[in-house]
Order: sequence, then structure tokens, then C-alpha cells
Amino acid sequence: MEVSRVVITGVGLTAPNGNSLSEYRGNLLNGVAGISRTEIRFMGEVLAGICDFDPLRYQKRKEVRVGTRAGSVSIYCAHEALKDSGADFETMDKDRIGIYVGITEHGNVETENEIHNISQFDYDTKFWTHHHNPRTVANNAAGEASLNLKVTGPAYTIGAACAAGNLGLVHAVQMLQLGEVDFAIAGGVSESIHTFGIFAGFKSQGALAEHEDPNKASRPFDTARNGIVVSEGGALFTLERLDDALARDAKIYGEIVGYHVNSDATDYVLPNPERQTQCMRAALKKAGMASQDIHIVNTHATATPMGDIQECQAIAQVFENCPDTYVNNTKGFIGHAMGAAGALELAGNLPSFEDRMVHPSINIDDLDPKCSIPNLVLNQPTQAKRVDAILNNSFGMLGINSALIVRRFSDQ
Amino acid sequence: MSKDECKQVVLDIIAEIAPDEELSDVKPDVALREQLDLDSMDFLDIVMELRKKHGIEVPESEYGELVSLDSCAAYLTPKFNALV
Repeated sequence: MEVSRVVITGVGLTAPNGNSLSEYRGNLLNGVAGISRTEIRFMGEVLAGICDFDPLRYQKRKEVRVGTRAGSVSIYCAHEALKDSGADFETMDKDRIGIYVGITEHGNVETENEIHNISQFDYDTKFWTHHHNPRTVANNAAGEASLNLKVTGPAYTIGAACAAGNLGLVHAVQMLQLGEVDFAIAGGVSESIHTFGIFAGFKSQGALAEHEDPNKASRPFDTARNGIVVSEGGALFTLERLDDALARDAKIYGEIVGYHVNSDATDYVLPNPERQTQCMRAALKKAGMASQDIHIVNTHATATPMGDIQECQAIAQVFENCPDTYVNNTKGFIGHAMGAAGALELAGNLPSFEDRMVHPSINIDDLDPKCSIPNLVLNQPTQAKRVDAILNNSFGMLGINSALIVRRFSDQ
Repeated sequence: MSKDECKQVVLDIIAEIAPDEELSDVKPDVALREQLDLDSMDFLDIVMELRKKHGIEVPESEYGELVSLDSCAAYLTPKFNALV
């Protein structure tokens, strides 16, 4: 079946170490992490990746008060992506714009806040806010963006645990190829650090990272890794069919040429390297590419002891005999931004098409031999001979796997 | 509590729930929604803040009493004074 080619034409993001692609990318190349200590209800001090974007750049104060943090992240990223795309938003048909936002979870923040609120009133539910339902519906993050931007096309979220950032993009590609929309704003967001539950849950699971130096706490592939640093953030991209992008002479970051999504069907939390391998291979097949054609593999690597090893096993199988394929990861810099993770990781590598620099994985003082795979970029950036394609892995709980392949744009 | 003090209580609540609004020249005899960007959810916020901060209950059938600052003062001042 002949389908339209789909390209990325704009990037808007907020990460714990940057509120624009240039700031974020600069910090990834310069080894600047963004983890800090913060107080969380019932938990006390925890490590977290906190974003410091200004929500009032694009929202009224009342919108910030009534809405959610996930909504603010979405709105910020969507505006930034639109601005970056150079598209003439004012004259665009708003019915033909889709907003597809990947989320790991939603509603926990507001529910915890309301339970705390009514606890001040002897748990009398007449003090429960009427804002609770619009704040906690699963489409909140996309819906707030549609309200703010007055976009009247389809706007919804895609729940896919920590694979969600990739899935937002996958869905946008599909909707553009089906002709359901002409322009998409897609990626992933997370507000997770504002709920104590996610911290408490990882702690109970034995998977919450701790280190005396916050910026050393998230350390995928290092022998001393001890779990996840939870972060907030977001990355949304503008996507268009190639013909439309060329017609308006848009800047093109890259072309999404392949993807695959599958499920482990084996465990609630433990990954399955066999299914991850299948996922990457299926994405390569869809792209019509061989493993050797990929020059950067972004790992999902959350810094849990088993997860990193299993992912490295999967990558080693798919990318054996690939001397020009580099492997990296952003979680050492920004922690695990949950629904935003896959989208932020892709954003961090996209500029490599221009400068051929591969940002490193940091905090690897003592590489775990079981994670020692060829061309893992350790602690310092590497200049690649060429960067023509990126494979972006993003995996999540309940065994959801995703791999997305973006190729340097070439009008061939 | 005087009616002017009651109006100030209502204005203080509006300042919190509608922080983008300029409240220095709100006309007391004109409907709040005609001069401020307030929607039905905002009115529910006013009702909730009266309940939370001041222990004042406004039954749904009487929400219309909150249409203007003057009507708020006429309706709420006796309720505040009954608390004392």
C-alpha cells in the first residue's frame, strides 16, 4: 500500500535541563544534568527532574489555576513546536489539526490533591472540587492544548506507560497517512513528579534511585545504578505529510520511516528482551532498512538493575556487526520523564542529523559488564562518521514496547 | 460585618479564582459576569470558597443571589452575621 511520507517540522519541549531544543541539546552535549531534591507529600525529600518553563508565556493565570500541570506542559510544548515549525497557524484550518499526546498515567496528581484537601475538612466530600473531573479525564493533556490553541480537530491522549512518547508520534503518522488530519502536534508529556504515589510505588518496588549527589542518581548501565529518578517534562513535534511540508518550504528535522509496537504478554513490570528484539526488527522491516543503516540507537534504559541488562541483550542481538551504530540514553541527564521520555529522547538526538555529534550516556563510572555493548557512548559525546537514521526505543509497564525510526530527510 | 466588608470578602475570593481580572473598578450594581470574565465553574468556585473559608452554605436554588456585588452583600451579610 502506497502511503504518504511523514516528516517532523517543529520541536517544542521542556525538560529538567532545558526549555528549548537548543538549550536541551547543548546540555546533553556538555554533560549538564538537571536533577534536584524536592519535598513530596508523605515521602519527604526525594530526587526528581523538575522543569522551570514559564506556563504564563502561553496561558492566563486562571487557565493555570483551573488546569493541570500536564495541561500546562502540553500547551507550552505545543506552542513552542508550532512556533518552531514556521507554519502560519492563524490561517490553518483548525478542523484539520490533530493533537496526539502520549501519557504514562493521568489523574493521580489531582486525586491525591483532593484527598489531601478534604482531609482538612474531616473527609467531607462536599469540599471536593468541581474541577476534579475535567482535570482527571484521560484526555486532559491534549484537551487543554486544544482549548488553548482553539484547535477543533481530534485531540486526545494515548496511554502507553513509558512507551507513550513514541506512541503519540506513531499515531500521528497513521492519522496523517489516513488523511484524517493535515497537520499533527504529537509526542508525550508527564506531570508525574506531582504525585507521591509514583515515588512510593517505585520505592516499594525497590526501584527508586538514591544518591547523595542528585545529578549522579540516574545512572543507566553503571554497576552502581539503583533505580529510577522520576521526572516531569514534555516534547511535542509538528508532523506533516512531506508534500505539504515541501509546499510551504518547511524546515525538515527528519522523516519517520518506520515504527513498531508490540506487547510482551509476560509480566506486569519485567521487560522481555525477546519481544524487544522483535519490536526493533519489525520497525526496521517496515522502514526497509538493515541494522547497519541505523547510526544512533536511543535506549529506554531506566537504570533498574534487570531492565538495563535485558535491553542491552536485545540491542546486542539486533545490532551485532554494526560498527557505525552508536548507542546512547538521556535518562542519566533528566531522569525518567515517563510519558514524555520517548519523545524527549528523540528530540535529544534529532540534531545529530546536522552535526553528527552523538550525545553520551552519563554517570557511567563503572560500566556494568552485562551492559557493555559495542559503541555505547560513555560520558563524552562522540563524533560519528555519519548519522542518517535514529532508532528510538521506548518501553513500558505491562510489557508495551515501541521502536520508532527517523531518517535524515532526503528528497529521494 | 457590614455590606462593604462583605463585598470585600467576595472580591478577595474573585481575586483568587480569576487572577487575570482587574477588580479595582467593579461596579457593585452590575452583574459580575457582565464586567468580568467569569463562567459557571468560577461561580461554583465562589460558592466553594465561601464554604471552605467562611463556613457559608449557598444552596443551588439561591446561586442567583450572587449575580452582582450588591446582591452578594444583601444575601451574604446576614449569613456572615448569623455566624457570630
